[in-house]
Amino acid sequence: MTAHLPALIVISPLAIALLLPVLVRLSAELVRVVAITSALISFTSSIGALKYALAKGNWHYFFGGWPAPWGIEYVIDPLAGGMAVLVSFFSLLVIIYAGPYLVNKPAREKGYFYTLYLLLTAGLLGIVVTGDVFNLYVFLEISSLAAYALIASGGHRATVAAFRYLLIGTAAASFYLLGIGYLYAITGSLNMADLSELLPPLMDSRAVVIAVALIVIGLGIKMALFPLHGWLPDAYSYAPAPVIGFIAAVMAKVSAYALYRVLYFVLKATGPVSLALDVMGWMAAAGILFGSIMAILQRDFWRMLAYSSVAQMCYIALGISLANTMGLFGALLHILNHAVTKGCLFLVAGSVNWQTGVREIHRFVKMSRRMPLTMGAFIIAALSMIGLPPTAGFFSKWYLVLGAIQSGAWAFVIVLALSSLLTAVYFFRIIEHAYFKEPLKGKDGQRHATEPAKEGWELYPTMLVPILILGIGILALGILSEQVITHLLQFALPWRAF
Amino acid sequence: MIVDFFLTNRPLWAVLISLVAAGLILLSDRRPNLRETITMLAAVGKFVIVLTMLPDVLAGQVVESAPLKLAPGISLHLRADALGLLFALLSSGLWVVTSVYSIGYMRSMKYGHETGYYASFAVCLSAAVGIALAANLLTFFVFYEILTIATYPLVVHARTPEAVSGGRKYLVYTLTAGQLLLIAVVWAQVVAPGAEFRPGGFLAGRITPPALDIMFILFILGLGVKAAIMPLHDWLPTAMVAPTPVSALLHAVAVVKAGAFGFLRITGYVFGPELLKETNLGSLLAWIAALTIIVASLRALAEDNLKRRLAYSTVGQLSYVVLGAALITPMSLVGGMFHIVAHAFMKITLFFCAGAIYVTTHKENVSEMDGIGRQMPLTMGAFTLGSLGIVGMPFVVGFVSKWNLGLGALQAGHPIFVAVLVASALLSTGYFFPIVYKAYFGQTRETYSRHEAKPSLLYPLVLTALVSLVLGIMPNFGLSFYQLAKMAAKSIIASGMVLAGGGQ
Repeated sequence: MTAHLPALIVISPLAIALLLPVLVRLSAELVRVVAITSALISFTSSIGALKYALAKGNWHYFFGGWPAPWGIEYVIDPLAGGMAVLVSFFSLLVIIYAGPYLVNKPAREKGYFYTLYLLLTAGLLGIVVTGDVFNLYVFLEISSLAAYALIASGGHRATVAAFRYLLIGTAAASFYLLGIGYLYAITGSLNMADLSELLPPLMDSRAVVIAVALIVIGLGIKMALFPLHGWLPDAYSYAPAPVIGFIAAVMAKVSAYALYRVLYFVLKATGPVSLALDVMGWMAAAGILFGSIMAILQRDFWRMLAYSSVAQMCYIALGISLANTMGLFGALLHILNHAVTKGCLFLVAGSVNWQTGVREIHRFVKMSRRMPLTMGAFIIAALSMIGLPPTAGFFSKWYLVLGAIQSGAWAFVIVLALSSLLTAVYFFRIIEHAYFKEPLKGKDGQRHATEPAKEGWELYPTMLVPILILGIGILALGILSEQVITHLLQFALPWRAF
Repeated sequence: MIVDFFLTNRPLWAVLISLVAAGLILLSDRRPNLRETITMLAAVGKFVIVLTMLPDVLAGQVVESAPLKLAPGISLHLRADALGLLFALLSSGLWVVTSVYSIGYMRSMKYGHETGYYASFAVCLSAAVGIALAANLLTFFVFYEILTIATYPLVVHARTPEAVSGGRKYLVYTLTAGQLLLIAVVWAQVVAPGAEFRPGGFLAGRITPPALDIMFILFILGLGVKAAIMPLHDWLPTAMVAPTPVSALLHAVAVVKAGAFGFLRITGYVFGPELLKETNLGSLLAWIAALTIIVASLRALAEDNLKRRLAYSTVGQLSYVVLGAALITPMSLVGGMFHIVAHAFMKITLFFCAGAIYVTTHKENVSEMDGIGRQMPLTMGAFTLGSLGIVGMPFVVGFVSKWNLGLGALQAGHPIFVAVLVASALLSTGYFFPIVYKAYFGQTRETYSRHEAKPSLLYPLVLTALVSLVLGIMPNFGLSFYQLAKMAAKSIIASGMVLAGGGQ
């Protein structure tokens, strides 16, 4: 069994997903248990695989015993292993969180939800562990299709958002497919390791130039890199809460990972890639400012978080574009930190909406009384988004600023500093409402969250515990960020860090 | 073994104790007696831990806790040197006094949501001691930002629209400054990996003007907001909407002094005397400070609200410390460092008095103070003593630091700053004298019976007033503040000499 851990990471959710529509006819409760078990198997396999990779070097797993470059190869290096742990962790956490949401839904809908959710998980994990650029495309499509359907399940406005996402996302996947098509045409290979050996003499050929452009645009859309972010705000604001908790935490990051993998490990960041990186850097800088300003203008908490994601994904892109050790540390650390932080924020948003029906920022008045622990986690997450020590967000920013100063990119330094201030504006607005504002008396009869907390828990434990785990995780990741760097991320760079 | 572990990591415990207390206070929500007991225990415990480091530091040793790696090449590192211990002793000692006052004040005011108040207060003190004992720039920055955030709930504590907008202004100023400081800190880390504070500075030879100038200006802007140098001071008078104990300890001692203390660290331990003299950056900072001293004093004359008048006085007095740091001669450094202590005792007395008057009589404007000295003789006696100290009268603690600063200005060859000090003394007479005069000799129609503030408010202010008097006569009394200042100044200057000698 342990010899097949890399396969198990993906197979477990994929196979169970196909089984669930049948199981749901037997018992809806069983479906939930099986789905959680499958996410758990995936999570433990990821940890096992990562441990192996850190202890004994990269794990090459040949699917069906067919050696690369003919067969499909899964590669667990520290980078892929780390990402797999991150993705499967969130999959597990949010699937538990989703329980109360589905309580009153008919059994069939529960079956659909868990099926699609596990397909999404399988797709994202597949992108992470595969060592084959075409296989990556297949998993990209699996995850995207599952995501379209999940988002559409949120109701009428969500359907429109999902359809728009589908159109843009399909175009993005096509761009990516065309890009690897060009690479295949000149090298005859789809295996990443193989490609990275065959490509260097061809780096300046026109085919590679076009391929790089297509891949950057394709994956840029998927990771919502400004100005290719158009699908994101609607999709994030209208999707059902448990779905968005998972999608916002890891989905765009997996695309960022794919981009990083292709640009640095397959194309070795040479030739036309360095130009692409320069362009990406400026797009990211513009996107950070754009996303932050748009977030300030929002009145809906979810939409504000969505625009904040646009800005934060650009942090990652900015780090990748710096192409030095500190910049890449910043980008990789921010993939982790932002996943935990934004995951926490969307779970908070979902819980607040679920418990009190509140989405608009001005109705957050006195929320701190109603849901003290939830809002406590929110404050930690907000400070992390702003980038204040000792939260996780500060440390990714520390490396990004360090990387930017090392490459003399002072414009980026200013953008990063400015972005923290803009982020502070929109998060402190909520803190002000939730903690320090008195409710307006009797104004247009709007329901505020002023009623004191109900008896017992402020929230179902299955919803509250994931939020608290993430809240504490943000502080822990901040204080232990050096451990993450030395034990994991320094092996996830394309070159030796120290 | 365990004893050793405890003893070597004392700086860490000094920081952590109030952080743990903050957590406990949050857990003891709605049980006032419990949370106040925790506050008092933490305050006393913290002071004792800091105090145990005093003999070691006076003996010339450095108490250092094991570094916790925060990032490759730089760690969370706490170390008690003379200057750091001076600030840590001061803030933790005054926290004990302020806690007593806080309990009395908050119970009288009946805000009804004090849990967050006591918790934030405890976090602020952790941050202040962290700033004091930080051994490198990153550690300093981490605690500096924690202090920024932890102070915010205290500023908006009253939850009136006025308080909320005051809080906003506070955040805009301090967060912006924090980002500029971050750039400067990261930059220093790039130039000199580790960025460990060293007496006499560590930047010499590693960075040249124009980059050096820009970095220094970034530091001025980053620290200048908390130190309230003009024109970055405007948040401080607005922040006076906070409850008086906050104004007393944070807006006269911990928060604003963190900025002023930062200037001493930057000039003495990052840039160093040589570099500042060569580049004239020291004089630039000195002139900013001088300007602040004069303009703030003028501005204080025009304020009717007592707390706001005190705030402008604070703005001016803080720049004494900055001036001392900027002139960077042996005497000016001693003056600047000792003024951290001197101003703390005097200004906390004045704020305590303002709070006591407000709680007892609900008067907060200078124009209403007629006859208040006959009603509250002890409180106004303390107030008078504090004012005389700020003015700089001999035998009160303020004189010691001003004398040293004046000599330092002469040492630096800038006698003009002596004139600034004299002018400031006259101006502060101008804004304090009317209050004292009205209090004792103002005519009122009402007849007052003698009615002092309640004991929990009165004792702390009498104590701090007495300390200002005692330290004015014996600056080394008790906690050896003067000795610590002299040690720190000597280490900065001596290493500068060694550096200069090595160069020849």
